[in-house]
Amino acid sequence: MVQIKQIAVILAGAWGIIGLFLGLGLISSSVAFALGLTLGLAVTAAVRLGIDARPAPLAETIQLADRDQLQSALGEAVLSRLPDPVLVLDALGRVLRASPAAIALLGDNPTERPLAAFLRAPILLDAIDAVSNGADLQVIELTLRVPVERHLEVRLVRISDPGARRSPLLILFHDMTAVKRAERMRADFVANASHELKTPLTVLSGFIETLEGPARDDEKARARFLAIMREQAGRMARLVNDLLSLSRIELNEHLAPRDLVDLGAIVRDVADGLAMVATLNKTSIQLRLPDACSPVYGDRDELVQAIQNLIDNAIKYGRPGRPIDVIVTDAPNMGGQQRQSLTVRDYGDGIAREHIPRLTERFYRVDAVRSRERGGTGLGLAIVKHIINRHRGQLSIESIVGEGSQFTIILPAAPEAAQQMEEPGTTSPDPPIAGRPTKMLGVV
Amino acid sequence: MAEHMIKAYEDELARLSGLLARMGGLAEAQLADAIDAIVRRDVALADRIIETDIQIDQLDREIEALAVRLLALRQPMGPDLRQIVSASRIGTDLERIGDLAKNLAKRVPILSQATPMRAVRGLERMGRQVLGQLKDVLDALSARDADAARIVWQRDEEIDDMNNSLFRELLTYMMEDPRTITVSTHLLFISKNLERVGDHCTNIAETIHYLSTGSTFEGDRPKAVGAYDTSDATGDPGEG
Repeated sequence: MVQIKQIAVILAGAWGIIGLFLGLGLISSSVAFALGLTLGLAVTAAVRLGIDARPAPLAETIQLADRDQLQSALGEAVLSRLPDPVLVLDALGRVLRASPAAIALLGDNPTERPLAAFLRAPILLDAIDAVSNGADLQVIELTLRVPVERHLEVRLVRISDPGARRSPLLILFHDMTAVKRAERMRADFVANASHELKTPLTVLSGFIETLEGPARDDEKARARFLAIMREQAGRMARLVNDLLSLSRIELNEHLAPRDLVDLGAIVRDVADGLAMVATLNKTSIQLRLPDACSPVYGDRDELVQAIQNLIDNAIKYGRPGRPIDVIVTDAPNMGGQQRQSLTVRDYGDGIAREHIPRLTERFYRVDAVRSRERGGTGLGLAIVKHIINRHRGQLSIESIVGEGSQFTIILPAAPEAAQQMEEPGTTSPDPPIAGRPTKMLGVV
Repeated sequence: MAEHMIKAYEDELARLSGLLARMGGLAEAQLADAIDAIVRRDVALADRIIETDIQIDQLDREIEALAVRLLALRQPMGPDLRQIVSASRIGTDLERIGDLAKNLAKRVPILSQATPMRAVRGLERMGRQVLGQLKDVLDALSARDADAARIVWQRDEEIDDMNNSLFRELLTYMMEDPRTITVSTHLLFISKNLERVGDHCTNIAETIHYLSTGSTFEGDRPKAVGAYDTSDATGDPGEG
């Protein structure tokens, strides 16, 4: 209300001056009228504003302060929500800011440390030097080969004034792994598949020719040949299945799974599914599970497949009459990270030392004849290894010739905070464990 | 004035770490490229590797010169002294890794003329494993993590086994078909060179342990009976 009084005083003053000018003959009466009217309208508008809202000058400053806050909040939100990793470097190459995606990419928070301590690729360090010394925007392709191959497109942008000798940088990463993988996978798939499919295909066409020609009327031979042909066709089908699941796993290998799963429950399901096969092979599966397993991050279908391949191998290569042990326990922590381990132990012939480091190689077979006899494709352990890689876990193989083999999977357990957040019964859209069908895929 | 001198000293130590990180990155890239060149029979890439080796040698000389300068002018003690001595040692190991990568690259033209061998797949896998060791040890260096260095040190065993396994495999090929002797011999040398790179990684791991604790690893490397960890040779569609 103070403002209205002030305006009234100013208004009275202004009209007084107009009247004075009119009286002195300095302006004509029509000009005076127009001036008075404009003044009146302006004041009316001002008064309305004054009543409706806060006083104009004050509103202006608050808006400015808001805008600053808004901008930094916006920057923060963009940085933390961006799916692509973003880094801000100071002029000396130290990391000022790292987005959560960048922290995930580097495996640690690089803030306040030189980027070269995390990414040493010469192509990137050279580009950083070039751009921070004044070169224009640079785009490079960066390949990280271990632990899991990743292809990144990296954009480097100067942030500040062109006058400074070295300037801070914005580094934007874009993950091209999926695209590159798909390209290479096609070539690889064709090479692997054609090589491994050739043998059964040769057998099949050989028998077809025989059945069309010399054995046309030989009832006995026909029955025998058809049995072999059925077996070879089955082998081809298994091979195609395994190759398909391998390439599917590889496509996602650079993305660690985010669902929470219960390792114990999965093991129980798989063991139930394989109980019949075990009985047929005159063995049984002995489970040793803790009462409650702490959940791990995992893809249920993939873990089912990995565990299934391991138990199935143990059934195939174990000693008939001796049971197979399957044990789930807590593994020793590593770097403060809780871990769960799963061990599948058989009491078969064991594996000679020189074969062990190469067992997970594609199509590597200790004994090719024996593997084929038992319906092996040479891909089972390769599939297991890729699944465990994707889960950022470890697969270790121990064996003593004559005493049996032991395959151990170690998976990082989910942090307790995450476990509580997704306790069953909350409104999570995708219940992590219960009620999803078990899919039986690719047998070794 | 005193403060300025200390600042300059710290900057020089930071520069030493920076040079070492850069050299490590270069050695990693050279080794990775060499493995790629062998697998893809890429002669052009092999030529580039041979040219780039000069940069590693240059960095080694730069590190050596800076280390000597720091030793002479600053007369460092305790951790600083260890850092400078370690940098010079690690520089030498990285320089040797660079040479081995160059040696791998030099065999590519001959391999690219020969019939493709299945053993190359095993070599690629071994190469990835060695590359993983090199990455882990360099990460341990930048984080000054003696525990991580110890894991690298212990895992060298797997690479030795890999080398032995490839040796047997190649021997079988040579006995079966004498025409493969030339190419198999080159592959044997490649396997041996990769195994040497692994040894340099364990040297670096030992230096890191010395750097962060002032002592060396105790005892021999553990020789586990038939226990291997296969999880670090990874990720690539060409293997596994």
